Amino acid sequence: MVEATQTKSKESKNIKIVKDATCTFCGCVCDDMELTVDLDEHRITKAKKACVLGRAWFYEHTIDDRPVVLIDGKEATLEEGIETAAQVLVDAKFPITYGLSDSTCEAQRVAVEIMDIINGSIDTTTSVCHGPSGMAFQGVGESTATLGEIKNRADLVIYWGGNPAESHPRHFTKYAVTPKGMYIPNGKKDRTVVLVDVRRTPSTPLADIFVLIKPGKDFEVLWALRALVKGKKISENIEKDTGVSREVLDDLVSRMKNAQYGVLFFGMGLTMTRGRHFNSGAILSLASDLNEFTHFVAKPVRGHGNVTGADNVVSWQTGYPFGVNFNRGFPRFNPGEFTTTDVFSRGEADAAMIIASDPASNFPKKAIEHMKKIPIISLDAKDTCTSKIAKVRFAVATYGINTGGTVYRMDDVPISLRPAFDSPFPSDQEVLEGIRNRVKELLKGDKARLAA
Amino acid sequence: MVETMILVPGRSQKQGTSLVAGKLKDEYKRVTSTAELNEKDMRRLKLKDGDKIRLKSDVGQTVVTCIAKKDADLPSGMIFIPYGPPSSELMAHDTAGSGMPLSKHMEVKVSKV
Repeated sequence: MVEATQTKSKESKNIKIVKDATCTFCGCVCDDMELTVDLDEHRITKAKKACVLGRAWFYEHTIDDRPVVLIDGKEATLEEGIETAAQVLVDAKFPITYGLSDSTCEAQRVAVEIMDIINGSIDTTTSVCHGPSGMAFQGVGESTATLGEIKNRADLVIYWGGNPAESHPRHFTKYAVTPKGMYIPNGKKDRTVVLVDVRRTPSTPLADIFVLIKPGKDFEVLWALRALVKGKKISENIEKDTGVSREVLDDLVSRMKNAQYGVLFFGMGLTMTRGRHFNSGAILSLASDLNEFTHFVAKPVRGHGNVTGADNVVSWQTGYPFGVNFNRGFPRFNPGEFTTTDVFSRGEADAAMIIASDPASNFPKKAIEHMKKIPIISLDAKDTCTSKIAKVRFAVATYGINTGGTVYRMDDVPISLRPAFDSPFPSDQEVLEGIRNRVKELLKGDKARLAA
Repeated sequence: MVETMILVPGRSQKQGTSLVAGKLKDEYKRVTSTAELNEKDMRRLKLKDGDKIRLKSDVGQTVVTCIAKKDADLPSGMIFIPYGPPSSELMAHDTAGSGMPLSKHMEVKVSKV
């Protein structure tokens, strides 16, 4: 139940309190915020329970003074922006839509629909995040759980290749390390926390055991752990090769086998390094192996607020989580072929719609060079390197602060958003619905051309 | 003096808060162009906090500011930098058929500017 109350403060300001609001900065999607909103100033002045990243998210999203639409750098109306965007997409032979991790599920499904209609490609920031894990899920499966289950049951918590203290600050305090649970009555005292990383980070002091690993050697260590769990021999050179001694590995195996309930949280230290999907497959397989002895799960720690929703929505609509192409009139999934970094780097796409992400800042140089040659349609709540090079740039409302909708927490739990104040800008869902409707009119009910 | 090291871009708290404020603003640009180096490596390269260094990969190069981290926190031969345009400049586009470029394990040549 949404509880929003509007009051007048001593300064006679219009103040609204939004209880149980949701923060969409990161994949934790904490839904226990209490926001104090100054409706006159159109800003959030207090965000109770928010972490440092959440406070920045709530305080920095105000109403920017910028045009709703720019076409070739010139101010235009929303209708003109929609018309131009629809024309660009319909005229393209190989259009691609990318981003979506900071959009609602309702907006994501419209983006997929547009690409389906015009036989384009749909890809999300997952492809440069936990895309390799998405590939590994299909290969080896996933022993999984919700964060609530982990909070109530896990007595051994292992973080591998991540730094939650800086990237997901409340992962420790709300879900997995310090909170008391049904079978973990004393919180952290009842848990053993292990951190595996290539460097010491602000997360390290929270760990009972820190394992320093050589860069690019995650797969070897994970495979050695799998062997030891199964009672097999491992190389005598394991410490020389990986930086992790046999004693440390034996201790870890003993703790994992004897835990009541263990969890392996893994970050992009696995997916963005040598081994990529093989690393994710190895950690998922290790969790599965351990179920011969106890209960063990593995969960990727997801970055953006609704990147998990993007995986879910694209999977519902196409059967695949990311890197999907409709060029033959039906969905095909092929990472490396239809993923955006590859499509741009090979110079293939002739138009792109970028929603709530900034590949012109985050992609490899060769991909960015291609982006500068093609018409870009950009939808974002803030100006970015991508919006700067866009042919059509839409300024949109911020999801969760100005708009409602649905997002998915990193453990695939859907959560409703409770907006704080109105925005003069349209939501990305509204812009996308406008583009979809105009695309349909331009195609007169037909689908776009199919590949020969 | 030029040395080869491993660059590990990643998230940091300041990178997170400054990107929300705006990726075109000075604070974000400052945070994403400040690299952490092992203190012993910096002494060997005759570098001090605030010096400019050039990072060069097979595909690009960038100039960033360096600061020292304790030997116990950041192993010798490794550089950490918050994700951003400077680290993207060094990233190769090959994804080995995965969609994911190698973004956290880049071999770079380091030299004082």
